[in-house]
Amino acid sequence: MQVLFIIAILVLAFVIIFQISKASEYVAVLRGWERTRKQTNRINAFMLLAFLVLGLIGVYLCNEKFKGRILGEPASDHGVLVDRMLYVTIAVTFVVFLITQIALFWFSYKYQESDDRKAFFYPHNNTLELIWTVIPAIALTVLVGFGIVYWFRITGDAPKDAMQVEVVGKQFGWEFRYPGADGILGKKYFKNVDPAAGNPAGQIWEDSTNKDDVFVEQEMHLVVGKPVKLVIGAKDVIHDVGLVHFRMKMDAVPGTPTTMWFTPKYTTKEMKEKTGNPDFVYELSCDQMCGKGHWSMRGVVVVETQAEFDAWLASKKPQYLVANPDKDPSKKNDTPAATTNAVAIN
Amino acid sequence: MSEVLNQQAAVTDGAHVAHPHEQAHEHHHETFVSKYIFSMDHKTIGKQFLITGIVWAIIGGLFSVLFRLQLGYPEESFPILETFFGEWAKGGQIQPEFYYGLVTIHGTVLVFFVLTAGLSGTFANLLIPLQVGARDMASPFMNMLSYWFFFLAGVVMLSSIFVHTGPASGGWTMYPPLSALRQAGDGQKLGADLWLVSMALFIISSLLGGLNYIATILNMRTKGMSMTRMPLPIWAMFFTAILGVLSFPVLLSGAILLLFDRNLGTSFYLSDIVVNGEILPNEGGSAILYQHLFWFLGHPEVYIILLPAMGMVSEILSVNSRKPIFGYMAMLGSLFAIAILAFLVWAHHMFVTGLNPFLGSVFVLLTLLIAVPSAIKVFNWLTTIWRGNIRFTPATLFAIGFVSLFISGGLTGIFLGNSTIDIHLHDTMFVVAHFHIVMGVASFFGMFAGVYHWFPKMFGRYLNNTMAYMHFWVTMIGSYLIFWPMHYQGLAGVPRRYLDKRGWVSFNDFADLDKMITVVSIVVFAVQLLFVFNFFYSIFKGRKVRTQNPWGANTLEWTTPINPGHGNWEGDIPEVHRWPYDYGKDGREFIPQTEPVSAQESKSH
Repeated sequence: MQVLFIIAILVLAFVIIFQISKASEYVAVLRGWERTRKQTNRINAFMLLAFLVLGLIGVYLCNEKFKGRILGEPASDHGVLVDRMLYVTIAVTFVVFLITQIALFWFSYKYQESDDRKAFFYPHNNTLELIWTVIPAIALTVLVGFGIVYWFRITGDAPKDAMQVEVVGKQFGWEFRYPGADGILGKKYFKNVDPAAGNPAGQIWEDSTNKDDVFVEQEMHLVVGKPVKLVIGAKDVIHDVGLVHFRMKMDAVPGTPTTMWFTPKYTTKEMKEKTGNPDFVYELSCDQMCGKGHWSMRGVVVVETQAEFDAWLASKKPQYLVANPDKDPSKKNDTPAATTNAVAIN
Repeated sequence: MSEVLNQQAAVTDGAHVAHPHEQAHEHHHETFVSKYIFSMDHKTIGKQFLITGIVWAIIGGLFSVLFRLQLGYPEESFPILETFFGEWAKGGQIQPEFYYGLVTIHGTVLVFFVLTAGLSGTFANLLIPLQVGARDMASPFMNMLSYWFFFLAGVVMLSSIFVHTGPASGGWTMYPPLSALRQAGDGQKLGADLWLVSMALFIISSLLGGLNYIATILNMRTKGMSMTRMPLPIWAMFFTAILGVLSFPVLLSGAILLLFDRNLGTSFYLSDIVVNGEILPNEGGSAILYQHLFWFLGHPEVYIILLPAMGMVSEILSVNSRKPIFGYMAMLGSLFAIAILAFLVWAHHMFVTGLNPFLGSVFVLLTLLIAVPSAIKVFNWLTTIWRGNIRFTPATLFAIGFVSLFISGGLTGIFLGNSTIDIHLHDTMFVVAHFHIVMGVASFFGMFAGVYHWFPKMFGRYLNNTMAYMHFWVTMIGSYLIFWPMHYQGLAGVPRRYLDKRGWVSFNDFADLDKMITVVSIVVFAVQLLFVFNFFYSIFKGRKVRTQNPWGANTLEWTTPINPGHGNWEGDIPEVHRWPYDYGKDGREFIPQTEPVSAQESKSH
């Protein structure tokens, strides 16, 4: 109903506009084309000026309305650099924006056609052109300089003591693997992937570093203040690990592992207080178009203290034992033959 | 005089040399088909490109209204959609596959069919021969083929919309492996193959056109029309054509490899894939290779879209300010610099793909370098209108709007080109706002400016002014209302291509804004329909052009008859004696290019 209503209004408006337009052309011819043209010229010149003034007020109001909704404080050390660069760039470009837009619309208004003025023949001026080549070049050099320094800091090697987590994207969810006590992620091969046999990550069980690796889905746990290096991959199509509060982002590409590292600054609990939002969680979003469920490909990141993290990790059983229950020392197993098939595939 | 004629002998039949004073268009026995359908007249081909472009713009624009409905009102259902789209809009709600199909076709159609073919195709065809003083393109036949390949590409693309599994839905960039795997979604089935075939046809069209434009500009200028006396639109089209000719073949190779991966079992882009529980045999390919091939075209493509608009805006601002363009050589130099740099910045679309950080930093530098020639152009436009005597024709207004949008959208490019900031803003709504303003809407403004300015030359009639002004003001205000606040969504990290954000804690803050944007985009779309109506109405009923040179312009197209036939000039092609921007010189309002330089004239320029 609403749609039909809107369409009806549009059609009606359309017919009215057309009739007015036709009529105004006849009137213009009757009144004298030149006179009407000059009047229209004055009206449009005024409207350009009005557009500038109202537009700038609009820019201000828009900022007032939305500035509180862009994510507050960055929650990682790298995020601080990203935000600093962002605000410096906003400041520089906003000055240029103001100067050029005001000049554009003010000149348009001021130099509107008038019988008293002759246009000024001014084909070029090398000094002026040199000035506005050099000044932007200098400003950009500064921005590029800062940007590249920060960029190398962010993309440089992770610290030696960083913990590792493997993140894998698939249509449409996230999988994580923790290296366990040895701190090494075991080798894997995509042809080993077999969720039914308890091997969703395709781990190679012969690799002994795999024996303590922990596999979880949808929820990643990190330690506050401890650098973390994510080893990122994808199973099917390209995804992207977007961590909006940490200001981090990296594609997950099938066949080509990528990495990124950062240090979380606040626990989830602290962020709940900081944002005043009791429902706050760190979210992991897919930022690369990956199919029909792209928009809902959500993961959760829990940042906690080392003690909480250790307790959480200890509560998880290594995937090797999930896939091979007969090897589980905590279980009394009477039928060892049942699960050996899964291993035999290798 | 005979030199001029010899120069032109290649274009028309030899009869002109023997009988120079015969009228060009009397040689042709034109039927309806040869005049309007399989025409080899560059003006008609230009109009064909324009009208086809308009049809595609309506389709692409309508799609954007549909997905804006979903974005603005994710909780509501619109039964009318189910009436039209059946199971794609089950229960009046746009289904995800359909949503992504709409987004993909919207992007593809507007970037390639409207802003490349519809813009370059129209104005390169119309203006190159008219402004350099040629009777037609170097190869009118190739020119005709160029249009018909474009038409075919359109037919294939259109047919993909009616395929049962839906059109391609991998986004307009069509990144594999998503676009390479049928198992990855319905849109990756037949729709994706049709998309690739359509693009291949389109690339052929644009190569045929581009080679023709280059050949015509280099070889067929009239006597006295040295390269530095060419109007700026021609220079812009020249660089555009070079960009297209050098970069489109790379996209073709990318598309063909993708077709191989899809249909012949090759592994160019595929490795280590487990899709939908199925383990694929492919190993050793690189998904990122496609992105390099794609963006090697994709970035120049941005300038293929933008440069013609820049050229036309330069011309229109100069003519209507009654002042020469400021810094002709600098304008030329900056076009050249942009064209060169356009090839050296493609990887700035790939900062977060795992690209080597050092390589990334090189691309940051080269990307931000583009801001320098862009700044020169802006300041030169500002100086062009400074102390002018400006007539606000609809074309002038759109040209001013173009400059305003180019500034706004260009400045946000400085954010995205800086890899540090791009980590946060990559693939968010900020990117959507940025490229729509600087490339989409700005180029549309350039195109509208061109249509309003040269419509009298195309059809011998004027567009209705009242509708034109209404079109401008609603579009101008609407564009800023739609895209300015969208930047804030991006700063908040809202990813693009999210059709419903209610399930997210971080991105669920902008429902009111999304509604506002949707309402405004419907209004703006309606006003574009008003323009389309004005366009077709005025072709037949518009006020007639009664003077040969209605804008008081210097360039050659205004020395042709009001309704020029095939061959453009009756009698000899005029000789050129000066650059095209002698406005306001020595107290004279304008001095056409055809007027010899007199002894008393001041020397400046």
